[in-house]
Amino acid sequence: MKFSFGRLGAVLRKELREYRRSPFIVGTMALLPLVFLIEPLITIFRIGPSVAASTVDKAVGATFLVLLIAPALLPAVIAAYAVVGEREQGTLEPLLTTPLRREELLLGKALGVVAPAVGIAYLLFAVIQLCARLFASNAAVVPALGQGPHILAEILFAPLLAGWSICVGIGISTRASDVRVAQQLGTLSSIPPLAVVALVSFNVFTPSVTLAVVFALILLLADVIMFRVVVALFDRERLITGAPAQRASSGGGQVPPAGAVRHIGRTGGSDDE
Amino acid sequence: MVETMPRPRSEDPSAAPPALTVDHLTKRFGERTAFEDVSFSVAQGEVFGFLGPNGAGKTTTVRTLGTLIAPTSGSASVAGIPLTSANGAEIRQRIAIMPENPGLYRRLTVNENLQLFAGLYEQRNAAARIGEALEAVNLTARARDLCGSLSKGLLQRVGLARALLNDPAVMFLDEPTSGLDPVAAREVHDLIIGLRQRGVTVFLTTHRLEEAERLCDRVAILNTKLRLVGRPDELRERLFSRSLVVETLNPLVAPDDVFNSTDGVESWRPEGSSSYVLNVADPRNIAPLVTRALVAAGADVVSISESRHSLEDVYLQLIDDSKASQR
Repeated sequence: MKFSFGRLGAVLRKELREYRRSPFIVGTMALLPLVFLIEPLITIFRIGPSVAASTVDKAVGATFLVLLIAPALLPAVIAAYAVVGEREQGTLEPLLTTPLRREELLLGKALGVVAPAVGIAYLLFAVIQLCARLFASNAAVVPALGQGPHILAEILFAPLLAGWSICVGIGISTRASDVRVAQQLGTLSSIPPLAVVALVSFNVFTPSVTLAVVFALILLLADVIMFRVVVALFDRERLITGAPAQRASSGGGQVPPAGAVRHIGRTGGSDDE
Repeated sequence: MVETMPRPRSEDPSAAPPALTVDHLTKRFGERTAFEDVSFSVAQGEVFGFLGPNGAGKTTTVRTLGTLIAPTSGSASVAGIPLTSANGAEIRQRIAIMPENPGLYRRLTVNENLQLFAGLYEQRNAAARIGEALEAVNLTARARDLCGSLSKGLLQRVGLARALLNDPAVMFLDEPTSGLDPVAAREVHDLIIGLRQRGVTVFLTTHRLEEAERLCDRVAILNTKLRLVGRPDELRERLFSRSLVVETLNPLVAPDDVFNSTDGVESWRPEGSSSYVLNVADPRNIAPLVTRALVAAGADVVSISESRHSLEDVYLQLIDDSKASQR
Protein backbone atom coordinates (compact mmCIF):
# COMPACT_ATOMS: atom_id res chain seq x y z
CA MET A 1 0.00 0.00 0.00
CA LYS A 2 1.46 3.33 -1.09
CA PHE A 3 2.07 6.47 0.93
CA SER A 4 -1.24 8.32 1.23
CA PHE A 5 -1.56 12.06 1.65
CA GLY A 6 -5.18 11.44 2.69
CA ARG A 7 -4.09 9.45 5.74
CA LEU A 8 -1.30 11.95 6.43
CA GLY A 9 -3.88 14.75 6.36
CA ALA A 10 -6.17 12.85 8.72
CA VAL A 11 -3.35 12.55 11.28
CA LEU A 12 -2.40 16.21 10.86
CA ARG A 13 -6.00 17.41 11.34
CA LYS A 14 -6.29 15.29 14.48
CA GLU A 15 -3.07 16.73 15.88
CA LEU A 16 -4.14 20.32 15.30
CA ARG A 17 -7.57 19.63 16.84
CA GLU A 18 -5.95 18.15 19.92
CA TYR A 19 -3.70 21.20 20.37
CA ARG A 20 -6.69 23.47 20.05
CA ARG A 21 -8.51 21.54 22.76
CA SER A 22 -5.57 21.40 25.15
CA PRO A 23 -5.18 24.59 27.18
CA PHE A 24 -1.82 23.42 28.51
CA ILE A 25 -0.21 22.91 25.13
CA VAL A 26 -1.62 26.14 23.70
CA GLY A 27 -0.67 28.06 26.84
CA THR A 28 2.91 26.82 26.76
CA MET A 29 3.26 27.60 23.08
CA ALA A 30 1.96 31.13 23.61
CA LEU A 31 3.86 31.90 26.81
CA LEU A 32 7.38 30.79 25.95
CA PRO A 33 7.66 32.98 22.83
CA LEU A 34 6.90 36.01 24.97
CA VAL A 35 9.99 35.20 27.03
CA PHE A 36 11.99 34.81 23.82
CA LEU A 37 10.71 38.18 22.66
CA ILE A 38 11.56 40.18 25.77
CA GLU A 39 15.29 39.46 25.93
CA PRO A 40 16.10 40.48 22.30
CA LEU A 41 14.00 43.61 22.62
CA ILE A 42 15.86 44.68 25.76
CA THR A 43 19.18 43.97 24.04
CA ILE A 44 18.26 46.08 21.04
CA PHE A 45 16.82 48.95 23.05
CA ARG A 46 19.94 49.11 25.26
CA ILE A 47 22.17 49.80 22.28
CA GLY A 48 22.88 53.48 22.55
CA PRO A 49 23.26 55.89 19.60
CA SER A 50 27.06 56.11 19.98
CA VAL A 51 27.78 52.40 20.23
CA ALA A 52 30.27 51.05 17.67
CA ALA A 53 29.06 49.04 14.66
CA SER A 54 30.94 45.89 15.76
CA THR A 55 29.07 45.91 19.09
CA VAL A 56 25.79 46.35 17.25
CA ASP A 57 26.64 43.34 15.07
CA LYS A 58 27.32 41.21 18.17
CA ALA A 59 24.05 42.26 19.80
CA VAL A 60 22.09 41.54 16.63
CA GLY A 61 23.83 38.16 16.35
CA ALA A 62 22.74 37.33 19.89
CA THR A 63 19.21 38.40 19.00
CA PHE A 64 19.13 36.00 16.04
CA LEU A 65 20.39 33.19 18.22
CA VAL A 66 17.62 33.77 20.76
CA LEU A 67 15.06 33.93 17.96
CA LEU A 68 16.23 30.55 16.68
CA ILE A 69 16.13 28.97 20.10
CA ALA A 70 12.34 29.21 19.95
CA PRO A 71 11.80 26.90 16.95
CA ALA A 72 14.54 24.57 18.21
CA LEU A 73 13.26 24.13 21.74
CA LEU A 74 9.51 24.74 21.57
CA PRO A 75 8.57 21.69 19.49
CA ALA A 76 10.90 19.29 21.31
CA VAL A 77 8.64 18.88 24.32
CA ILE A 78 5.52 18.36 22.24
CA ALA A 79 7.24 16.05 19.76
CA ALA A 80 8.59 13.93 22.59
CA TYR A 81 4.98 13.33 23.65
CA ALA A 82 3.95 12.22 20.16
CA VAL A 83 4.19 8.43 20.38
CA VAL A 84 4.64 7.73 24.08
CA GLY A 85 1.65 10.00 24.76
CA GLU A 86 -0.55 8.01 22.36
CA ARG A 87 0.65 4.89 24.11
CA GLU A 88 -0.15 6.28 27.56
CA GLN A 89 -3.68 7.30 26.65
CA GLY A 90 -4.33 3.95 24.92
CA THR A 91 -4.90 5.44 21.47
CA LEU A 92 -1.83 4.04 19.75
CA GLU A 93 -3.13 0.49 19.29
CA PRO A 94 -6.36 1.54 17.52
CA LEU A 95 -4.29 3.76 15.21
CA LEU A 96 -1.97 0.88 14.38
CA THR A 97 -4.89 -1.41 13.55
CA THR A 98 -5.68 0.79 10.53
CA PRO A 99 -3.83 0.80 7.20
CA LEU A 100 -1.86 3.84 8.43
CA ARG A 101 1.84 3.54 7.50
CA ARG A 102 4.42 4.53 10.07
CA GLU A 103 5.80 7.22 7.73
CA GLU A 104 2.32 8.76 7.47
CA LEU A 105 1.82 8.70 11.23
CA LEU A 106 5.22 10.17 12.05
CA LEU A 107 5.16 12.80 9.30
CA GLY A 108 1.62 13.82 10.26
CA LYS A 109 2.69 14.24 13.84
CA ALA A 110 5.86 16.13 12.83
CA LEU A 111 3.95 18.54 10.59
CA GLY A 112 1.44 19.10 13.36
CA VAL A 113 4.26 20.40 15.55
CA VAL A 114 6.40 22.14 12.94
CA ALA A 115 3.63 24.40 11.62
CA PRO A 116 2.89 26.28 14.87
CA ALA A 117 6.58 26.31 15.90
CA VAL A 118 7.76 27.89 12.66
CA GLY A 119 4.76 30.23 12.59
CA ILE A 120 5.68 31.49 16.06
CA ALA A 121 9.37 31.86 15.08
CA TYR A 122 8.51 33.98 12.03
CA LEU A 123 6.07 36.05 14.04
CA LEU A 124 8.74 36.78 16.68
CA PHE A 125 11.18 37.80 13.94
CA ALA A 126 8.61 40.15 12.41
CA VAL A 127 7.83 41.72 15.81
CA ILE A 128 11.56 42.32 16.48
CA GLN A 129 12.02 43.89 13.07
CA LEU A 130 9.02 46.16 13.59
CA CYS A 131 10.05 47.21 17.10
CA ALA A 132 13.61 47.94 15.92
CA ARG A 133 12.31 50.19 13.14
CA LEU A 134 10.01 52.05 15.51
CA PHE A 135 12.08 52.32 18.68
CA ALA A 136 15.81 51.49 18.17
CA SER A 137 17.99 54.46 19.12
CA ASN A 138 21.09 53.31 17.20
CA ALA A 139 20.82 53.83 13.45
CA ALA A 140 22.99 50.75 12.75
CA VAL A 141 20.52 48.34 14.36
CA VAL A 142 17.92 48.29 11.58
CA PRO A 143 20.40 47.67 8.73
CA ALA A 144 22.12 44.98 10.83
CA LEU A 145 18.81 43.20 11.45
CA GLY A 146 17.90 43.50 7.78
CA GLN A 147 21.07 41.87 6.42
CA GLY A 148 20.23 39.36 3.71
CA PRO A 149 22.22 36.47 5.22
CA HIS A 150 20.56 36.97 8.61
CA ILE A 151 17.06 37.04 7.14
CA LEU A 152 17.80 34.05 4.93
CA ALA A 153 19.23 32.17 7.89
CA GLU A 154 16.11 32.93 9.94
CA ILE A 155 13.80 31.79 7.14
CA LEU A 156 15.76 28.61 6.42
CA PHE A 157 17.01 27.68 9.87
CA ALA A 158 13.73 28.04 11.76
CA PRO A 159 11.93 25.13 10.01
CA LEU A 160 15.08 23.06 9.76
CA LEU A 161 15.98 23.42 13.43
CA ALA A 162 12.37 22.70 14.32
CA GLY A 163 12.50 19.67 12.01
CA TRP A 164 15.60 18.34 13.75
CA SER A 165 14.16 18.90 17.16
CA ILE A 166 10.87 17.23 16.19
CA CYS A 167 12.55 14.22 14.58
CA VAL A 168 14.75 13.66 17.62
CA GLY A 169 11.78 14.18 19.95
CA ILE A 170 9.62 11.69 18.08
CA GLY A 171 12.53 9.25 17.88
CA ILE A 172 12.93 9.36 21.64
CA SER A 173 9.18 9.10 22.00
CA THR A 174 9.08 5.83 20.02
CA ARG A 175 11.51 4.25 22.48
CA ALA A 176 10.61 5.88 25.77
CA SER A 177 8.23 4.31 28.23
CA ASP A 178 7.63 7.49 30.21
CA VAL A 179 6.42 10.84 28.89
CA ARG A 180 8.56 12.87 31.31
CA VAL A 181 11.79 11.12 30.37
CA ALA A 182 10.96 11.51 26.67
CA GLN A 183 10.34 15.23 27.06
CA GLN A 184 13.52 15.89 29.01
CA LEU A 185 15.68 13.92 26.56
CA GLY A 186 13.92 15.57 23.62
CA THR A 187 14.70 19.05 24.92
CA LEU A 188 18.36 18.22 25.56
CA SER A 189 18.91 16.66 22.16
CA SER A 190 17.48 19.66 20.33
CA ILE A 191 20.34 21.88 21.54
CA PRO A 192 23.37 20.64 19.46
CA PRO A 193 22.28 22.16 16.12
CA LEU A 194 22.05 25.52 17.86
CA ALA A 195 25.85 25.41 18.16
CA VAL A 196 26.07 25.80 14.40
CA VAL A 197 23.70 28.75 14.52
CA ALA A 198 25.70 30.26 17.36
CA LEU A 199 28.89 30.15 15.25
CA VAL A 200 27.17 32.24 12.59
CA SER A 201 25.36 34.53 15.00
CA PHE A 202 28.55 35.45 16.82
CA ASN A 203 30.41 35.97 13.56
CA VAL A 204 32.86 33.09 14.14
CA PHE A 205 31.96 32.46 10.51
CA THR A 206 31.25 35.60 8.55
CA PRO A 207 27.55 35.53 7.66
CA SER A 208 26.92 35.24 3.96
CA VAL A 209 24.19 33.92 1.72
CA THR A 210 26.42 31.02 0.67
CA LEU A 211 27.18 30.09 4.28
CA ALA A 212 23.48 30.25 5.22
CA VAL A 213 22.54 28.02 2.28
CA VAL A 214 25.35 25.54 3.02
CA PHE A 215 24.37 25.26 6.69
CA ALA A 216 20.73 24.97 5.68
CA LEU A 217 21.55 22.10 3.32
CA ILE A 218 23.53 20.36 6.05
CA LEU A 219 20.61 20.76 8.45
CA LEU A 220 18.18 19.52 5.79
CA LEU A 221 20.30 16.43 5.20
CA ALA A 222 20.52 15.83 8.96
CA ASP A 223 16.72 16.18 9.23
CA VAL A 224 16.09 13.69 6.41
CA ILE A 225 18.54 11.17 7.84
CA MET A 226 17.07 11.59 11.33
CA PHE A 227 13.51 11.08 10.01
CA ARG A 228 14.55 7.86 8.31
CA VAL A 229 16.19 6.69 11.53
CA VAL A 230 13.01 7.53 13.45
CA VAL A 231 10.88 5.59 10.95
CA ALA A 232 13.20 2.62 11.36
CA LEU A 233 12.97 2.92 15.15
CA PHE A 234 9.18 2.76 15.00
CA ASP A 235 8.51 -0.89 15.78
CA ARG A 236 4.81 -1.71 16.06
CA GLU A 237 5.43 -4.82 18.09
CA ARG A 238 7.70 -3.11 20.60
CA LEU A 239 5.24 -0.27 20.99
CA ILE A 240 2.29 -2.61 21.57
CA THR A 241 3.90 -5.33 23.65
CA GLY A 242 7.13 -3.83 24.93
CA ALA A 243 9.10 -6.59 23.19
CA PRO A 244 10.92 -6.19 19.87
CA ALA A 245 9.54 -7.91 16.78
CA GLN A 246 10.74 -11.44 16.11
CA ARG A 247 9.80 -12.49 12.62
CA ALA A 248 8.61 -15.99 11.82
CA SER A 249 11.54 -18.37 11.70
CA SER A 250 9.82 -20.63 9.21
CA GLY A 251 6.53 -20.76 7.42
CA GLY A 252 5.73 -24.27 8.38
CA GLY A 253 5.05 -24.03 12.06
CA GLN A 254 5.52 -26.88 14.45
CA VAL A 255 3.99 -30.28 14.60
CA PRO A 256 1.39 -30.32 17.36
CA PRO A 257 1.64 -32.91 20.09
CA ALA A 258 -0.91 -35.64 19.59
CA GLY A 259 -4.23 -34.87 21.17
CA ALA A 260 -3.33 -31.32 22.10
CA VAL A 261 -6.41 -29.93 20.41
CA ARG A 262 -9.82 -31.47 20.46
CA HIS A 263 -11.93 -30.30 17.55
CA ILE A 264 -15.55 -31.11 18.09
CA GLY A 265 -18.02 -30.89 15.28
CA ARG A 266 -17.73 -28.72 12.22
CA THR A 267 -19.78 -25.79 11.09
CA GLY A 268 -20.63 -26.45 7.49
CA GLY A 269 -17.34 -27.94 6.53
CA SER A 270 -15.06 -25.30 7.93
CA ASP A 271 -11.58 -26.60 8.08
CA ASP A 272 -10.59 -26.81 11.69
CA GLU A 273 -7.48 -28.92 11.48
CA MET B 1 -27.27 1.30 8.52
CA VAL B 2 -23.67 0.59 7.67
CA GLU B 3 -24.49 -2.48 5.64
CA THR B 4 -27.06 -1.57 3.05
CA MET B 5 -27.55 -5.23 2.19
CA PRO B 6 -27.03 -7.92 4.80
CA ARG B 7 -24.33 -10.33 3.85
CA PRO B 8 -25.82 -13.81 3.48
CA ARG B 9 -24.80 -16.09 6.30
CA SER B 10 -22.97 -19.03 4.88
CA GLU B 11 -25.32 -22.01 4.82
CA ASP B 12 -22.53 -24.03 3.36
CA PRO B 13 -19.25 -22.44 4.36
CA SER B 14 -17.36 -24.92 2.23
CA ALA B 15 -18.71 -22.97 -0.75
CA ALA B 16 -17.05 -19.76 0.42
CA PRO B 17 -13.46 -19.44 1.52
CA PRO B 18 -13.05 -19.14 5.29
CA ALA B 19 -12.76 -15.64 6.71
CA LEU B 20 -9.90 -16.77 8.90
CA THR B 21 -7.57 -19.75 8.76
CA VAL B 22 -4.90 -20.29 11.34
CA ASP B 23 -2.38 -23.07 10.95
CA HIS B 24 -0.01 -24.10 13.75
CA LEU B 25 0.50 -20.47 14.74
CA THR B 26 2.91 -19.80 17.61
CA LYS B 27 4.03 -16.61 19.28
CA ARG B 28 6.89 -16.41 21.74
CA PHE B 29 8.39 -13.42 23.49
CA GLY B 30 11.90 -14.64 24.21
CA GLU B 31 11.49 -17.60 26.54
CA ARG B 32 7.82 -16.90 27.23
CA THR B 33 5.22 -18.55 25.03
CA ALA B 34 2.12 -16.44 24.49
CA PHE B 35 0.32 -19.10 22.47
CA GLU B 36 1.52 -22.24 20.79
CA ASP B 37 0.52 -24.36 17.85
CA VAL B 38 -2.91 -22.84 17.40
CA SER B 39 -4.96 -24.04 14.42
CA PHE B 40 -8.58 -23.29 13.54
CA SER B 41 -10.66 -21.66 10.89
CA VAL B 42 -13.64 -19.34 10.97
CA ALA B 43 -16.30 -19.39 8.29
CA GLN B 44 -17.60 -16.21 6.73
CA GLY B 45 -20.45 -14.72 8.72
CA GLU B 46 -19.63 -16.80 11.79
CA VAL B 47 -19.42 -15.41 15.31
CA PHE B 48 -16.43 -17.22 16.76
CA GLY B 49 -15.75 -17.06 20.48
CA PHE B 50 -12.20 -17.23 21.74
CA LEU B 51 -12.22 -18.12 25.41
CA GLY B 52 -9.50 -18.53 27.94
CA PRO B 53 -8.30 -17.39 31.35
CA ASN B 54 -6.21 -14.26 31.82
CA GLY B 55 -2.79 -14.71 30.23
CA ALA B 56 -4.00 -17.51 27.95
CA GLY B 57 -2.86 -15.65 24.82
CA LYS B 58 -6.22 -14.40 23.53
CA THR B 59 -5.23 -10.77 23.03
CA THR B 60 -1.86 -11.74 21.58
CA THR B 61 -3.67 -13.97 19.08
CA VAL B 62 -5.89 -11.06 18.05
CA ARG B 63 -2.89 -8.76 17.73
CA THR B 64 -1.08 -11.35 15.64
CA LEU B 65 -4.02 -11.90 13.31
CA GLY B 66 -4.46 -8.13 13.16
CA THR B 67 -0.84 -7.78 11.93
CA LEU B 68 0.19 -5.74 14.96
CA ILE B 69 2.75 -8.33 15.96
CA ALA B 70 4.53 -11.01 13.97
CA PRO B 71 4.07 -14.71 14.68
CA THR B 72 7.12 -16.73 15.65
CA SER B 73 6.05 -19.62 13.46
CA GLY B 74 3.04 -21.00 11.67
CA SER B 75 0.83 -19.40 9.07
CA ALA B 76 -2.57 -17.78 8.78
CA SER B 77 -4.83 -16.08 6.33
CA VAL B 78 -7.05 -13.18 7.35
CA ALA B 79 -9.96 -12.05 5.17
CA GLY B 80 -8.50 -14.25 2.45
CA ILE B 81 -5.07 -12.59 2.54
CA PRO B 82 -1.99 -14.52 3.72
CA LEU B 83 -0.64 -13.15 6.99
CA THR B 84 2.75 -11.73 6.06
CA SER B 85 4.42 -8.47 6.99
CA ALA B 86 4.17 -7.35 3.35
CA ASN B 87 0.39 -7.77 3.44
CA GLY B 88 -0.08 -5.95 6.74
CA ALA B 89 -1.63 -2.75 5.43
CA GLU B 90 -3.89 -4.63 3.02
CA ILE B 91 -5.17 -6.90 5.78
CA ARG B 92 -5.74 -3.95 8.10
CA GLN B 93 -7.77 -2.25 5.36
CA ARG B 94 -10.19 -5.21 5.39
CA ILE B 95 -10.53 -5.90 9.08
CA ALA B 96 -11.39 -3.95 12.20
CA ILE B 97 -10.07 -4.50 15.69
CA MET B 98 -11.71 -3.16 18.78
CA PRO B 99 -9.22 -3.50 21.62
CA GLU B 100 -10.36 -4.02 25.20
CA ASN B 101 -9.74 -0.33 25.80
CA PRO B 102 -11.51 1.51 22.97
CA GLY B 103 -8.67 4.06 22.91
CA LEU B 104 -10.53 7.18 21.90
CA TYR B 105 -9.18 10.74 21.99
CA ARG B 106 -10.91 12.18 25.00
CA ARG B 107 -10.36 15.80 23.97
CA LEU B 108 -12.06 15.20 20.62
CA THR B 109 -15.75 14.75 20.01
CA VAL B 110 -17.26 11.44 18.95
CA ASN B 111 -17.60 12.80 15.44
CA GLU B 112 -13.99 14.02 15.32
CA ASN B 113 -12.72 10.65 16.52
CA LEU B 114 -14.66 8.93 13.76
CA GLN B 115 -13.50 11.51 11.19
CA LEU B 116 -9.91 10.60 11.98
CA PHE B 117 -10.51 6.91 11.39
CA ALA B 118 -12.67 7.47 8.30
CA GLY B 119 -9.69 9.45 6.98
CA LEU B 120 -7.28 6.66 7.83
CA TYR B 121 -9.48 4.20 5.91
CA GLU B 122 -9.74 6.81 3.12
CA GLN B 123 -13.51 6.62 3.08
CA ARG B 124 -14.81 8.64 0.14
CA ASN B 125 -18.13 9.64 1.66
CA ALA B 126 -16.87 9.96 5.20
CA ALA B 127 -19.71 12.06 6.62
CA ALA B 128 -22.38 9.63 5.44
CA ARG B 129 -20.36 6.66 6.60
CA ILE B 130 -19.92 8.17 10.06
CA GLY B 131 -23.63 8.93 10.23
CA GLU B 132 -24.46 5.31 9.39
CA ALA B 133 -22.00 3.95 11.94
CA LEU B 134 -23.37 6.22 14.68
CA GLU B 135 -26.91 5.22 13.79
CA ALA B 136 -25.94 1.54 13.99
CA VAL B 137 -24.81 2.01 17.59
CA ASN B 138 -27.58 4.48 18.52
CA LEU B 139 -25.22 7.35 19.15
CA THR B 140 -26.31 9.90 16.59
CA ALA B 141 -27.46 12.27 19.33
CA ARG B 142 -24.05 12.18 21.04
CA ALA B 143 -21.95 12.91 17.93
CA ARG B 144 -20.86 16.34 19.20
CA ASP B 145 -20.04 15.21 22.73
CA LEU B 146 -16.43 15.04 23.84
CA CYS B 147 -15.36 11.43 24.30
CA GLY B 148 -13.95 12.41 27.69
CA SER B 149 -17.49 13.07 28.87
CA LEU B 150 -18.89 9.66 27.92
CA SER B 151 -19.45 6.64 30.17
CA LYS B 152 -17.48 3.45 29.58
CA GLY B 153 -20.48 1.80 27.96
CA LEU B 154 -20.91 4.69 25.53
CA LEU B 155 -17.18 4.65 24.77
CA GLN B 156 -17.46 0.98 23.85
CA ARG B 157 -20.27 1.89 21.49
CA VAL B 158 -18.14 4.59 19.89
CA GLY B 159 -15.40 1.97 19.56
CA LEU B 160 -17.85 -0.31 17.78
CA ALA B 161 -18.95 2.54 15.50
CA ARG B 162 -15.30 3.11 14.64
CA ALA B 163 -14.91 -0.59 13.86
CA LEU B 164 -17.85 -0.38 11.45
CA LEU B 165 -16.42 2.50 9.42
CA ASN B 166 -14.49 0.42 6.89
CA ASP B 167 -17.19 -2.25 6.46
CA PRO B 168 -14.77 -4.94 7.66
CA ALA B 169 -14.76 -8.49 6.38
CA VAL B 170 -13.64 -9.66 9.81
CA MET B 171 -14.19 -7.81 13.06
CA PHE B 172 -12.05 -8.64 16.08
CA LEU B 173 -13.65 -7.69 19.38
CA ASP B 174 -11.29 -8.06 22.32
CA GLU B 175 -13.23 -8.33 25.59
CA PRO B 176 -15.85 -5.82 24.40
CA THR B 177 -17.87 -5.98 27.62
CA SER B 178 -14.98 -5.94 30.04
CA GLY B 179 -15.74 -3.61 32.93
CA LEU B 180 -19.27 -2.83 31.75
CA ASP B 181 -22.33 -3.02 33.96
CA PRO B 182 -24.99 -5.58 32.95
CA VAL B 183 -27.12 -3.03 31.12
CA ALA B 184 -24.22 -1.67 29.07
CA ALA B 185 -22.99 -5.23 28.43
CA ARG B 186 -26.43 -6.18 27.17
CA GLU B 187 -26.38 -3.23 24.77
CA VAL B 188 -23.04 -4.38 23.39
CA HIS B 189 -24.43 -7.91 23.05
CA ASP B 190 -27.34 -6.55 21.04
CA LEU B 191 -24.92 -4.72 18.76
CA ILE B 192 -22.95 -7.93 18.20
CA ILE B 193 -26.18 -9.75 17.40
CA GLY B 194 -26.87 -6.96 14.90
CA LEU B 195 -23.46 -7.52 13.31
CA ARG B 196 -24.17 -11.22 13.11
CA GLN B 197 -27.48 -10.61 11.40
CA ARG B 198 -25.70 -8.47 8.84
CA GLY B 199 -23.31 -11.34 8.12
CA VAL B 200 -20.14 -9.77 9.54
CA THR B 201 -17.58 -12.35 10.66
CA VAL B 202 -16.90 -11.66 14.32
CA PHE B 203 -13.94 -12.97 16.29
CA LEU B 204 -14.86 -12.37 19.90
CA THR B 205 -12.43 -12.87 22.76
CA THR B 206 -14.00 -13.04 26.16
CA HIS B 207 -13.86 -14.77 29.48
CA ARG B 208 -17.56 -14.12 30.07
CA LEU B 209 -18.89 -17.55 29.31
CA GLU B 210 -22.56 -16.67 29.24
CA GLU B 211 -21.64 -14.06 26.62
CA ALA B 212 -19.94 -16.67 24.45
CA GLU B 213 -22.81 -19.10 24.89
CA ARG B 214 -25.35 -16.48 23.93
CA LEU B 215 -23.53 -14.94 20.97
CA CYS B 216 -21.20 -17.46 19.39
CA ASP B 217 -21.78 -20.06 16.71
CA ARG B 218 -18.62 -21.82 17.82
CA VAL B 219 -16.09 -21.31 20.55
CA ALA B 220 -12.43 -22.17 20.98
CA ILE B 221 -10.88 -22.55 24.40
CA LEU B 222 -7.28 -21.44 24.63
CA ASN B 223 -4.85 -21.82 27.46
CA THR B 224 -1.61 -21.07 25.62
CA LYS B 225 -2.46 -24.12 23.54
CA LEU B 226 -5.83 -24.54 21.91
CA ARG B 227 -7.80 -26.98 24.04
CA LEU B 228 -11.00 -27.37 22.13
CA VAL B 229 -13.05 -25.98 19.25
CA GLY B 230 -16.74 -26.58 18.68
CA ARG B 231 -20.33 -25.47 19.13
CA PRO B 232 -21.24 -24.83 22.78
CA ASP B 233 -23.90 -27.59 22.83
CA GLU B 234 -21.52 -30.07 21.20
CA LEU B 235 -18.88 -29.28 23.77
CA ARG B 236 -21.30 -29.98 26.60
CA GLU B 237 -22.38 -33.30 25.11
CA ARG B 238 -18.84 -34.32 24.41
CA LEU B 239 -17.42 -33.48 27.80
CA PHE B 240 -20.25 -34.41 30.09
CA SER B 241 -22.42 -37.53 30.25
CA ARG B 242 -26.13 -36.72 30.35
CA SER B 243 -27.81 -36.99 33.69
CA LEU B 244 -31.06 -36.76 35.61
CA VAL B 245 -31.33 -34.96 38.93
CA VAL B 246 -33.84 -36.60 41.28
CA GLU B 247 -35.11 -34.92 44.43
CA THR B 248 -37.26 -36.73 46.99
CA LEU B 249 -39.04 -35.39 50.03
CA ASN B 250 -37.13 -37.71 52.39
CA PRO B 251 -33.88 -39.67 51.89
CA LEU B 252 -34.41 -43.02 50.18
CA VAL B 253 -34.05 -46.04 52.45
CA ALA B 254 -32.34 -48.20 49.83
CA PRO B 255 -31.33 -46.06 46.84
CA ASP B 256 -29.06 -48.82 45.52
CA ASP B 257 -32.05 -51.13 45.10
CA VAL B 258 -34.11 -48.46 43.35
CA PHE B 259 -31.56 -47.12 40.87
CA ASN B 260 -29.53 -50.23 40.13
CA SER B 261 -32.66 -52.13 39.18
CA THR B 262 -33.94 -49.42 36.82
CA ASP B 263 -33.18 -49.97 33.13
CA GLY B 264 -31.11 -47.24 31.52
CA VAL B 265 -29.48 -45.92 34.68
CA GLU B 266 -25.75 -46.34 34.12
CA SER B 267 -24.59 -45.06 37.51
CA TRP B 268 -25.73 -42.78 40.28
CA ARG B 269 -24.42 -40.71 43.13
CA PRO B 270 -26.05 -38.90 46.05
CA GLU B 271 -25.96 -35.11 46.03
CA GLY B 272 -27.11 -33.81 49.39
CA SER B 273 -29.39 -35.70 51.76
CA SER B 274 -32.32 -36.37 49.43
CA SER B 275 -30.99 -35.58 45.94
CA TYR B 276 -29.47 -38.04 43.50
CA VAL B 277 -27.70 -37.60 40.17
CA LEU B 278 -28.24 -40.44 37.71
CA ASN B 279 -26.08 -40.87 34.63
CA VAL B 280 -28.31 -41.96 31.79
CA ALA B 281 -28.03 -42.28 28.03
CA ASP B 282 -31.50 -40.94 27.20
CA PRO B 283 -32.93 -38.69 29.92
CA ARG B 284 -36.29 -38.18 28.22
CA ASN B 285 -37.16 -41.91 28.07
CA ILE B 286 -35.49 -42.94 31.30
CA ALA B 287 -37.18 -40.30 33.48
CA PRO B 288 -40.64 -42.09 33.49
CA LEU B 289 -38.97 -45.39 34.42
CA VAL B 290 -37.13 -43.75 37.31
CA THR B 291 -40.34 -42.08 38.48
CA ARG B 292 -42.19 -45.39 38.50
CA ALA B 293 -39.36 -47.13 40.39
CA LEU B 294 -39.32 -44.36 43.01
CA VAL B 295 -43.09 -44.47 43.50
CA ALA B 296 -42.95 -48.26 43.75
CA ALA B 297 -40.31 -47.88 46.48
CA GLY B 298 -42.67 -45.59 48.43
CA ALA B 299 -40.68 -42.42 47.82
CA ASP B 300 -42.32 -38.98 47.63
CA VAL B 301 -40.88 -37.51 44.40
CA VAL B 302 -40.39 -33.74 44.51
CA SER B 303 -38.78 -33.34 41.08
CA ILE B 304 -36.96 -35.12 38.29
CA SER B 305 -35.09 -32.94 35.82
CA GLU B 306 -32.41 -33.21 33.21
CA SER B 307 -29.12 -31.78 34.38
CA ARG B 308 -27.88 -28.94 32.10
CA HIS B 309 -24.20 -28.21 31.93
CA SER B 310 -23.29 -24.68 31.07
CA LEU B 311 -20.40 -23.57 28.93
CA GLU B 312 -18.85 -22.54 32.23
CA ASP B 313 -18.75 -26.21 33.25
CA VAL B 314 -17.04 -27.08 29.98
CA TYR B 315 -14.58 -24.24 30.41
CA LEU B 316 -13.72 -25.08 34.00
CA GLN B 317 -13.35 -28.75 33.14
CA LEU B 318 -10.91 -27.95 30.34
CA ILE B 319 -8.92 -25.46 32.35
CA ASP B 320 -8.68 -28.01 35.19
CA ASP B 321 -7.51 -30.64 32.68
CA SER B 322 -5.00 -28.17 31.35
CA LYS B 323 -3.61 -27.40 34.82
CA ALA B 324 -3.43 -31.09 35.63
CA SER B 325 -1.50 -31.86 32.45
CA GLN B 326 0.94 -29.03 33.18
CA ARG B 327 1.70 -30.50 36.61
